[in-house]
Amino acid sequence: MTRRLAWGFLALLMGLALAADWIGGGSYAQQFRDFPGAAMCRRFPLGTDALGRDRLVRLLVATRISLLLAPAAALVATVMAAAIGGIAGYCGGMLDRVTRRAIDLMLSLPWIFLLIAARALLPLNVPPAASVAITFALLAALGWAAPARVIRAGVRDLRDSDFLLQARACGCRGFRLLWRQVAPNLKPVLAAQFLTSVPLFILSEANLGLLGLGVADPLPSWGNLLHELETDLSFNPGVIACLGLMLAVLVCFRLLLNQPQTPNC
Amino acid sequence: MGRLKRGSRQLARLIVSLAVTVIVGGILTGALVRLSPGFGVDEHALDPERDAAALRAREAALPERGNILIYCARHTAGMLRGDLGMSRNWNRPVSGLLAERWPVTAQLMAVGMAGGWALALAFALPGLIWPARIWKTMAGVCSGTLLCVPSAALALLIFVYAGPVRAVMALAVFPRVYEYLENVLTQAAGQPHVMAARARGIAPGRILLWHVMPVAAPQMLALAGVSVSMAFGAAVAVEVICDFPGIGQLAWKAALARDLPLLVTLTMLVTLGTQVANSVGDLWTPQRSEARA
Repeated sequence: MTRRLAWGFLALLMGLALAADWIGGGSYAQQFRDFPGAAMCRRFPLGTDALGRDRLVRLLVATRISLLLAPAAALVATVMAAAIGGIAGYCGGMLDRVTRRAIDLMLSLPWIFLLIAARALLPLNVPPAASVAITFALLAALGWAAPARVIRAGVRDLRDSDFLLQARACGCRGFRLLWRQVAPNLKPVLAAQFLTSVPLFILSEANLGLLGLGVADPLPSWGNLLHELETDLSFNPGVIACLGLMLAVLVCFRLLLNQPQTPNC
Repeated sequence: MGRLKRGSRQLARLIVSLAVTVIVGGILTGALVRLSPGFGVDEHALDPERDAAALRAREAALPERGNILIYCARHTAGMLRGDLGMSRNWNRPVSGLLAERWPVTAQLMAVGMAGGWALALAFALPGLIWPARIWKTMAGVCSGTLLCVPSAALALLIFVYAGPVRAVMALAVFPRVYEYLENVLTQAAGQPHVMAARARGIAPGRILLWHVMPVAAPQMLALAGVSVSMAFGAAVAVEVICDFPGIGQLAWKAALARDLPLLVTLTMLVTLGTQVANSVGDLWTPQRSEARA
């Protein structure tokens, strides 16, 4: 039931986010120059920011970006982790040792330090669309290490199992064995890793945005919307709504993760 | 004797593995910085009074311009001698910058570790002694909510509303520690000898202290090692948002300015610090290192 509610809430939010332009009746970058910093009213349910942009539209567009791109980045990271961890765990030997060392290296640096260092080394003065692509591509490129460790351990457990022995005896080898026999048995692990990565990436984007290294203005993201807290010293519900919505989304992902996965063996 | 030999072999392997990880980390960071746009360009490049030959000569004189492997080898050798290089952005020795800033980060991390662990234990231990569902739910809601708020946003909120900013460190470390700690303690409390002790009517506090804690201690030690890295991650966000002159803020500024000597040194030191903290746990819990392998 909780799981269904969480899926329902996320689907509803996604629907609203996709209809952002229609709901707000304007673009996220449109400036209402007569209403800078407007309070909540019928025309602007969450008010406007200092440049007169409708906060509701910006929040919905930011939600759309996060809900589309964080799962996409998580999917890429999980696929990378499955490939790297799966091959290393299955082959063993030197390849496994080198992969383990690489995973250790990636995990030995605090996540936010790694993100800041890597993001700052990429071009900073880029168009907003490129900054979104860079931010989420970076998350996907760096977020494979923790899932790869779990997947590698899962594959090592499966490697010597009876059903794989039988499959080998029947002539199933190499990539076919990994794809047809090992991968279906790792589905619950892969799903859990994917669901763990999505909230992590949403949080990381928000942290990067708050540190000025995330999505570039005027494109909204949860990170740069929260950045408004720095200048808006009053308790503005329009700004707090962003934090509340992000909290609700992340709690939904936690609820999805906490539910037991049905094994698909 | 055999145990001593095995222990020293394990220690030697650990030191070699640490050295390799740190050096590879330094080389990768150096290579990334070298490839980044804007590297090696400074205000002298915009000086109209300098001709192209003078600028080329200046660029060629930069030690980072050569082979990255040779640069990192020299840098590592320098680090071993205590020479951490010169920061190009600050125009000061890196060792001086680190000496100035490490107490700020160390203090923040200490507050974060102590506060985070105290909160996590305060929530986890009563739930173990009196397993009431409401307590576990409340603790889960608290830690879950804090886990879902970006540490930078938490720092900004507390900073803007003039709250105790250092408390952010504890609030950022607490949920991450609590989740693992609660699992470890619950598992330890479910051991047959603990149930037998309960059946014999031994006081809950005594069971916790003498039967649960010794079982959970190795994993808690390993968790303490991992929480150093968590605390440093939180310190970076807090220092940048609240303008604390610590190592995290220095790393942020070094990354933005593409300051190669500073960034390579910081990456190597942070990698070394987190690896050492994790390895302490591994050394104390051989079964954990075996499981990881």
